[in-house]
Amino acid sequence: MKRISHKIYFGIILAFLYAPLIYLIAYSFNDGKTSVWKGFTFKWYVALFQDAQIMESLYNTLLVAFLASLIATILGTMAAIGIYNFKGGYRSAIQNVSNIPIINPEIVTGVSLMLLFTMAGTMLGFEMGFVTVLLAHIGFCTPYVILNVTPRLKRMDNSIYEAALDLGCTPVKAFFKVVLPEIMPGIFSGALISFTYSLDDFVITYFTRGSKFQTLPVQIYTMTHQRINPKANALSAILFAVILLMLILINIRSSKEAKKSRT
Amino acid sequence: MKSKKLSFPYLGWMLVFTIVPIVMVVYYAFTDENGNFTVEPFINASDYSQVFLYSLWIALISTFICLVLAYPLSYMISRAQEHKQKIIIMLIMVPMWMNFLLRIYAWVLILQNNGPLDMMFNFFGIDIALIGNSGATILGMVYEFLPFMILPIHTVMSKIDNSLIEAASDLGANKFYVFKNVIFPLSVPGIISGVTMVFVPTASTFLVAQYLGGTQFMIGDVIERVFQSDHHTGSAIALVLMVVILGFLVFMNKFGDEEAVGV
Repeated sequence: MKRISHKIYFGIILAFLYAPLIYLIAYSFNDGKTSVWKGFTFKWYVALFQDAQIMESLYNTLLVAFLASLIATILGTMAAIGIYNFKGGYRSAIQNVSNIPIINPEIVTGVSLMLLFTMAGTMLGFEMGFVTVLLAHIGFCTPYVILNVTPRLKRMDNSIYEAALDLGCTPVKAFFKVVLPEIMPGIFSGALISFTYSLDDFVITYFTRGSKFQTLPVQIYTMTHQRINPKANALSAILFAVILLMLILINIRSSKEAKKSRT
Repeated sequence: MKSKKLSFPYLGWMLVFTIVPIVMVVYYAFTDENGNFTVEPFINASDYSQVFLYSLWIALISTFICLVLAYPLSYMISRAQEHKQKIIIMLIMVPMWMNFLLRIYAWVLILQNNGPLDMMFNFFGIDIALIGNSGATILGMVYEFLPFMILPIHTVMSKIDNSLIEAASDLGANKFYVFKNVIFPLSVPGIISGVTMVFVPTASTFLVAQYLGGTQFMIGDVIERVFQSDHHTGSAIALVLMVVILGFLVFMNKFGDEEAVGV
């Protein structure tokens, strides 16, 4: 990007991407509900933290994301290893079905699960809520775990595992000593993707949450749908700060690792 | 390690939470309340064919704008030094981590009547509605999904070997020919995945049009509305959407394969 015209173009795109967020965050400090600046205030932040509903949805979101990514990681890692041992046609058929939640429009996944849970609910006598949201989240997270673990398995040299067996390891021990460390980076990135997707999901949660269970994205929807709510601005500012902090931490970690591997 | 059994829990999971829900959508789309076969839901669904075409149209325009904006940018980024590229890509990805409803809400604040842009236009004596029309919906879509176009094109372009470009120039190709015969053909796979990654969510997303488009809803919004009262018609629309999206993906895949052979 040496030329001035390149820099200007890049600047315009960055402004387009960031200006709305900066505007959003700036107005979280506005002592008024309209776009007229009425002075600086922290009152929306105070109101946000005093809102019991929002705090409860935050707790729900974190709980669902933690459990969904944990279960999806275990289920997906096992599945990846199992599917890897299938041959040819079967393997690709299974993988194609597994990818359905990724390629299908989210809203179709959402309504199809709603149909399932409503029918199962009337038959077994339960209502949609925490459990159905958790099941739905595990459902769309697991394919991502599989997609991240499978390439690691393919790259792995199978003879190392066989060598471990020849040297007297039980298959279980060989798995934990040889295979697991080898595919760990894939498991880790699968878990991370699952966690962030679960945190951020609105559409599928919206259709599977029933009438009472709230997560943060659903709460954001209630806050911002067809009205202006400065608490949403305050929430944006906090989320943005958390995102920046996380990205900076990840970057520091990876650059440290890069330095380590160089020496 | 050699065991297929590890995947059995997930195979069962897919049956219950992926295949059965889709079968249920198909079942609901072809039955009435008493479970008798009928095509009535599709006849009802045809009331929304205008909305459906409108959604595809919006998706098409948004995808095109994203491509036009992203292509030169991706090229510029790919010519920068490697450590700079990492930082720039990071800068482009940060807004993507923000909750998508909050990002749309930011545009509601900016475009609303008496919002900053509206006041600026009024100041210059231009009185037009900035929100509540297709233009605002398209703007929202481009804002949401632009990074999905930049990232895959950049990935492909950054892999283009510089010596290929140098060789073409040495052999007497001017900049236009280098672009037409070297850079563009090599970037086609990136364009294809970018177009897929923008078009599919844009066509099927819901809420963006509700927040920005006024009364001009998109098909996702319709599915949500219809599902509140009529699962059968809702399923029929969802089924049509699913088939169209899958058809589009198959088409893009075929197209991609042929291009790859051509290169």
